[in-house]
Order: sequence, then structure tokens, then C-alpha cells
Amino acid sequence: MKAAVLIQRWYRQYAARMEMRRRYTWNIFQSMEYADLQDQIKLYNFLGYLMDNFTPSSSERNLISHIFRDNEVCRDAEWERYFNYTNIDVPEIYSGPRLTFPLDMDQAADLVEAFKNKQQLHSRYVLQLLLETWKLLRVLPNINRVSTCHSKEITICGDLHGQLEDLLLIFYKNGMPSLEKPYVFNGDYVDRGKDSIEILLILFAFLLVFPGDVYLNRGNHEDHIINLRRRSLESKRYGFTKEVLNKYKLHGKRILKLLQKIFSWLPLVTVIDQRVLIVHGGISDTTDLALIARIDRHRYVSALRPPKRKTPSRTNVYADSERYDEMIICKNRRGSLTFPKPFGARESFQRRSLQDFSSTVARTLEEEFEVRRRQAEFSMSRFSKSHRSLSSTLSSDSEPESSELIDTGNDEWKQILDLLWSDPMPQDGCIPNEVRGGGCYWGPDVTEDFLNRHNLQLIIRSHECKQDGYEFCHNRKVLTLFSASNYYEVGSNRGAFVRLGPDLVPYFFPYQATSMTRGLSFPQNVKRTEHTALKVLREQLFVHKSDLLRAFQEIDKENTGLICLNDWASAIERVLHLDLPWRVLHPQLVSSTTEGKLDYQGWFRDLALKKPSSEHIEQTMLETLYRHRSTLETIFRIVDTDNSGLITFEDFRQTLKLLSAYLKKEISDEVINELVISTDTNNDGSIDIDEFMEAFRLVDKSRLKRGKSLLKLMQDNESLPQVTETPQIVYSTAPQTSHCPASQPADPPASNTTDSACLQTANTPASQTADSPGSLTEGCPASQMEDLCHITVVVVPPQ
Amino acid sequence: MADKHNAETIITETQKRISSAFEVFDHESNKTVDVREIGTIIRSLGCFPSEADLHDIIAELEEEEPTGFVRYEKFLPTMTKILLERKFRPITEDLLLQAFEVLDQQKKGHLEPEELTRYLTQEGEPFTQEEMDEMLSAAVDPDKNVILYKDFVSMMTFDDTR
Repeated sequence: MKAAVLIQRWYRQYAARMEMRRRYTWNIFQSMEYADLQDQIKLYNFLGYLMDNFTPSSSERNLISHIFRDNEVCRDAEWERYFNYTNIDVPEIYSGPRLTFPLDMDQAADLVEAFKNKQQLHSRYVLQLLLETWKLLRVLPNINRVSTCHSKEITICGDLHGQLEDLLLIFYKNGMPSLEKPYVFNGDYVDRGKDSIEILLILFAFLLVFPGDVYLNRGNHEDHIINLRRRSLESKRYGFTKEVLNKYKLHGKRILKLLQKIFSWLPLVTVIDQRVLIVHGGISDTTDLALIARIDRHRYVSALRPPKRKTPSRTNVYADSERYDEMIICKNRRGSLTFPKPFGARESFQRRSLQDFSSTVARTLEEEFEVRRRQAEFSMSRFSKSHRSLSSTLSSDSEPESSELIDTGNDEWKQILDLLWSDPMPQDGCIPNEVRGGGCYWGPDVTEDFLNRHNLQLIIRSHECKQDGYEFCHNRKVLTLFSASNYYEVGSNRGAFVRLGPDLVPYFFPYQATSMTRGLSFPQNVKRTEHTALKVLREQLFVHKSDLLRAFQEIDKENTGLICLNDWASAIERVLHLDLPWRVLHPQLVSSTTEGKLDYQGWFRDLALKKPSSEHIEQTMLETLYRHRSTLETIFRIVDTDNSGLITFEDFRQTLKLLSAYLKKEISDEVINELVISTDTNNDGSIDIDEFMEAFRLVDKSRLKRGKSLLKLMQDNESLPQVTETPQIVYSTAPQTSHCPASQPADPPASNTTDSACLQTANTPASQTADSPGSLTEGCPASQMEDLCHITVVVVPPQ
Repeated sequence: MADKHNAETIITETQKRISSAFEVFDHESNKTVDVREIGTIIRSLGCFPSEADLHDIIAELEEEEPTGFVRYEKFLPTMTKILLERKFRPITEDLLLQAFEVLDQQKKGHLEPEELTRYLTQEGEPFTQEEMDEMLSAAVDPDKNVILYKDFVSMMTFDDTR
């Protein structure tokens, strides 16, 4: 029938366009991942700069000494005391699990159930659980060795990133870990998702119950400095550190400290049947498992703090004693520069630091070296002095090292970085991974060589998000496995887990947590994802606004203010260096053209920050600050020790001055004052970090116009109540978290997330689109109308 | 500028569009795409070929010994021709609406999901179950469980006018 053909033809075209958008949205996310990693590198470089340029006489020393305050001048016995949980009382009204050790299977299952029901484990049990975990991890080797003896199938999971729904979905489909059901978890348990601590607690619980059947690898996010950073992509969710501090206000810092140690004790790789290697990142051309087996893995606490170099730095004895001076003097400063309370009440701590000071003076040379070494190890790792004797760490099983081992230290360091940070590439060879700032890109030839040398047949790794949850490369010798579905945005990708039997053939099980996608049709899903991707893309455009303007003006020699599409696209390509299909994207980024040309000045006017305006602060300065906002925020949060969300004006000022020195760009006091004024902060000398960062959000005023016309259309159709006041619709993601009212979404259509074609290898599991009974309705499903609008619900009164 | 209307420029612009769209699916950055994505690429460039049309095009584009991949060098001229000749014209809103009305023999003003499913999965160039499900998820009014095709058509076509 002709009518049918017509409809089919039309619909297929529509679907193809959706597919195209889905694809390039994916490309955008991947590019933005790159940008986010650049932020990470910026932070690293900034911290490195601070450390290298720390001089006792500089006026920023208070701030700097504070940033590196995690000196831990204590021994094992003190650790035990520090992490002591026995005097933490659990109130009667606490209704969560009350753990008794040693744990058993039922308790582990109860823990899962409790978290499913959104309960929180009491800090006493958290500490206890973590302590037991630490004790266990310390006796585990660097390389886990597993065998599929008899008919055991081993289940392997990739990155989870705090997304509890995915872990619950895996357990639902596959069963929980047990003697018959061994599991390997391949790192990156935390950051980005909001239930990182719960995931850790579950995994650790099962580890304790089934130490011979649960294997944990370390990922690059099992790293306390990485954890400090805010979640990327402009969302309001924070990294792991913030999550813990928010959930455990009293004992959060201790928990984090303990986790810092635990992370460093996580094994590095797992080998199955001596044939399959499971590692978080990957390998390099120098990866040597024999060497890796011998490393003291716990010495490598963070990727962003390499071990000491052999060259002495310029700091000297005075630096440290002066720092002690500062600590004492600073005790009255509000919140920020006083020491946190790890060792008890504030007063007793100050007494302690006085004690430290006097004992520093009294120390013998050897003791002095000991203390320095430990400080250096944990915070001032670049402040190496030419010690002649070193011991490895605080733990009692340390051994003195000779100085020549420091150099080996760097080789070992590289080995670990390569394991945790590398990515495969299609071309042969092995080059440093400059995108991530650590590890390398390795090619198929390196894989081949590595597998042969070690007599292995397959590498299973994670670390990179894949649209279907898994992907082969290097002639199917390398498998990437990613278990966090909807990672970039709702609907962006599936997650997957893998089962290996004695034949070592992988069987895949892709899935997608549906709690957030329920009620959304396929096109709505695409649009939602696209929405986020484009927002993120706009940020990049803003950051390069001045450069782009210059580029456009160069092309527009006659100064017409107009530029054609092709020129627009090539200019952007040149300036941004982002490999994206700009011509395909242009309709999404440019709202209107006259005769095929864009009024670029107008376009730029619409691309602005929420608050600080270029009327008061110079445009390039705004761009610079915006570009480094991630670093700034991280430093603010480090400085905000009591987690109040506020920092003093002085700290704010000093941070900006430090950034200014680092970037070699003047940030004047006027600018700083202007920033404070324009972000509307309180007038009591403190700055609200959230408010400040919020002011740095990007606004797209052209969306206003489109939004208004869409609103009108819907009002005409009587689908929405009339909006009485003129809304200023801010182009930002509404907090789509559990604070959303539980608006009832449309009845879930038959099956949203059909993935019929997704399984490439055999084994169709029961149902891939399982509406997991445990599936949490945490994410607020936006109403259908909302998504059609491309605008989420934030309506703020006009300024 | 008089240049803008130059035929050459039009061709260049067209080719850049084609190359951009191609890039999106060129996963290994080696100027080839999976043959199964050709339909998507062609359609995303604004064409409305039928399945039969696509089969013919693909036959043209494939190598003598089909590799499962289509090379850019072959794709570009074929696609340029298609775009410049404006083959596979778009289906207008009116036409689409008429098609739905034809299917709605009882002139109810709406279609039942089962009805539509039957037509689209059995007649013409049948939909796969997946395609049908996707369309239904966007088309079915959740409260009344029918397809209000007039609204559906205007909603979908509004969406696309950008």
C-alpha cells in the first residue's frame, strides 16, 4: 500500500537523523572526556608548580602549607588509634545493618538490600569494615591469580563509577558473589556516580566473606587526589571525597584517610588460568609482570604525586620548622587554615603541634630524616632531600632502601601508571598518553609481543566508556569492558559484564539501568543526551571565544559581521582542535542564519557566563578563569577543611593570586573584587563556593527565544499552564537528582531499551532490559514535555 | 557576493556536508564506513530513499568482492549526484498526514497501535519489530493508548524544522 510505504520511508529518515545525532553526541562526549582529562592535567601541573615554587618567604605560604597539610607524622600504633571505631556509639534509632565480624554471606546480602533501600551504613561499621579490608588487602599479592577449575565461570565487571543501580542490576541478572560465583572487579569503583561509598562497602564486604572468590583490581580513580575533583560535565555532583564528607559529616575525613591507604593496597592486576590478564587501563611496551609482582604497590598512593626524585629540591630545613610555626599561628583563622581534627579536639591538637614543634627541635638527625621522609612521602613528594637512608612507609613491614632504589622507584612508578592509565590505539607502536597525562597509547604490535612474552591469550581492560558496554580491538586480543551504563547522560551507553568459563571464551551481557530511561521514548532519549553534549560543547566554545572572534574577523575582512557556514566550521576546527563534525552540528549550535550566513557577534553575545559579565571583567580574563574553574574549585574545596562550603575572602584571594602566578597572567585585585561582588556572595568576608561556581555557568540566551516559542506552541496546544511572569530560562541542567518531585512519568512503553541485536557472542541472558526490581527511582524522569523542549525546568526570576 | 551563487561553490559545500556526515561513522578514521550505515548517512543528509532505492545504491557502492565496507572515494561522487539532482525528495507534512488518513479507514481521527502495527509490519517495506517499537514509543498517546496522528505528525515535523 502506498500509504504504508510513505510512512515507512518517512519514519526511517527520521530515525536515521536521530541515529546521526546519537552518534555525534557520542563523539562530543568522547571529546569532552578529553577536555576533562585536560582539566586533570591542569590540576596536576598547578599542584606541581606550587610544590616547586614553595618558598618560606612567599606570602602564600599559609595557603600552600595548608594545601599540603596531610602530613602524617605517626606510626602504626597511632594509625590504629586514629582509626579506632570502638568508641563510636551507634544510637538505638539507627535502623541500618549492624555488622558483626567476621562477616558472613547473609550480612553481605543484607548490606546490599539495605543500600537498595537507600539506607546508610553507620560510620562505626564503615570504619570497622574498612579496617578489616585493609588488613586483608595487605597480605594480598600484586597479581591476583585465579583459576576456573572444574566448571566455575568467572564474572568480570568493568568501571562502575559509583553507579549503584548498575551493580544491583548485575547482581540481579547474574547473582551475587559466592563460592560458586567468583567475580573480578576491574577498578574505578568511585567518582561521578553518587553511591561510590556504597559500592566500595559492598565489594569489600564480599571480599571479606569470600576472599578466594572475589578479586579487586585497582583503577586510576582509586586515588585520593583524583577523588577530590568535581564530577565533570558541569553537573552538580561531586567526586568521591565530597560524597563521603557529605554522607559522613563527623567521621568522613577518617574514612577518607583509611580509604587512601586501602586504595594503595588494592592489587594491580588479575590473571585467570595464566592465560587472561585483567587490568584496569592496559599495558605499555615496557610492562613486565615479573617486575610488577615484586613492587611495593602501596608506596604509590596517587598518580598525581610521583615518588621522590633523586635531585634535591631547594627547600631546606627551615621550611619545615617554619611550617610548624605557621600551624600554630594559624589556629585562630576561621575554618580554613587551622588544622583539621584528625587527632582529636582542636585544642589538644594544637597542643600536639606545639609538642611536635618542640620535639622537632629536639630530634636527632636520624629521626629528623624519618619525619621528613614521611612528610615527603605523603605530601611533599617533590621536596626530596638527599637522604642516604630511606624506608618505604609507615607500615611495619618496611625495609630500608638504598638511594639507588629511588631510580627504580621511578621505573616502578611508570609500570603502575601504565597499568592503570593506558589506552589501546589502532596503530602500531607505543606513545605517551598525553590526553590522560599518564600511561601510554599502545598498539596491536605491543599487544602481540606482550601476550607472547607472558604466554597469555587475552587482555581484558576497562577505563574507556563504550557505547555497547564492551568492544574488542587489536584483532580481538584486547577487550574493553565498561559497566557503568548511562555514563555520560541518560541513554548514552550500555554497560556490560562478561563471563569466562574454562574455555576462556567471553560471553557478554549488556544492560542499561532503566530507572532513568523509563518513560522516555527513543527520540527523547537521544535529545536528552544531545542536550548535555551540546551544553558541554558550548563551554569549549566559550573558553575560546576571543580566539574564535579573532579568527572570524580575519576571515571577514570587510567587517560585515557575517560569516558563512563553511568558514565558521573551518575556523572552529582550527581554534578548538576538536575532531567533531561541525557542519553536521551547526544547526544545534547556531540558532539562526540570514541567507546562510551567521551574525557572529550576535552569536557570541548569546554565549555568555551567568554572572560575571564582560562589562566589568575583561573577556579574556573571564575565559581564563572559566578554563581553570575546575582547578580553582578543587583548591577551594581542599582549603575548605570543615566542609562548610565557605572559604574566607583571603583564601579566595590567595588562590587566585597563586593561579595568576602560575599562569603568568595578572589577576588584579580589582578583578578579584569584581568577581566577589558579581557573584553575590555574603558580605561577611566569606565566599560560598557553590554560589561562585554556579555563577560561572554558561548561559545561552538564544535558547531563550527558541524556548519561548516552543512554550508558546505548547500553550497553544493547551498542554502547559500559562506562564505568567516572563521566565528567564537558564540553559542548564535542572538538578535531576532525587530532589525532583516524583512526577509520574508516562506508562513505560512496551520495551524501551531493546537491545536485540546487541549480543554478538552466544548466550542470551534472561532479559537484558530487566526492570530490575531493585532498580532505583533515584533519577527523576523528566516529563515528556520537558524533553521535547530541550529545556529543563530551571526558571529564575529575571535579574 | 556573486561567488556564493557559483555552481562550484555549491558543489564544494555539498561535498563538505557529505564528508562531515561520513566522518561521523568512520570509526577507524580510515575513510571507510560499514555498509550497513550507508542508509543512515544518506538519510541524515536530507534524502528520503526507500529501502529498494537503498539496495540499488549500495549495490553500486560496494566493491566487486564485497568487503562489508564502503570507501569514501566511491561514496562521494554517488552522493554528490544524489544531492545535486535532489533525488529522493522529502515527504511533506501534508503528504504524511494524508498517508495516515488513508490508513484510518473508519475516519476515527486516530489509529489503534495494533492497527498501525499491522500495516507497517506487513505492508509496503515492512518495519522490523524494533523499528515498530521505537515508533510506537514516540507515537502512542500514553493516556488514551492510541495514535493521534495529526498531533504526532505536527510534533515530529516541528521538531525537525531547524
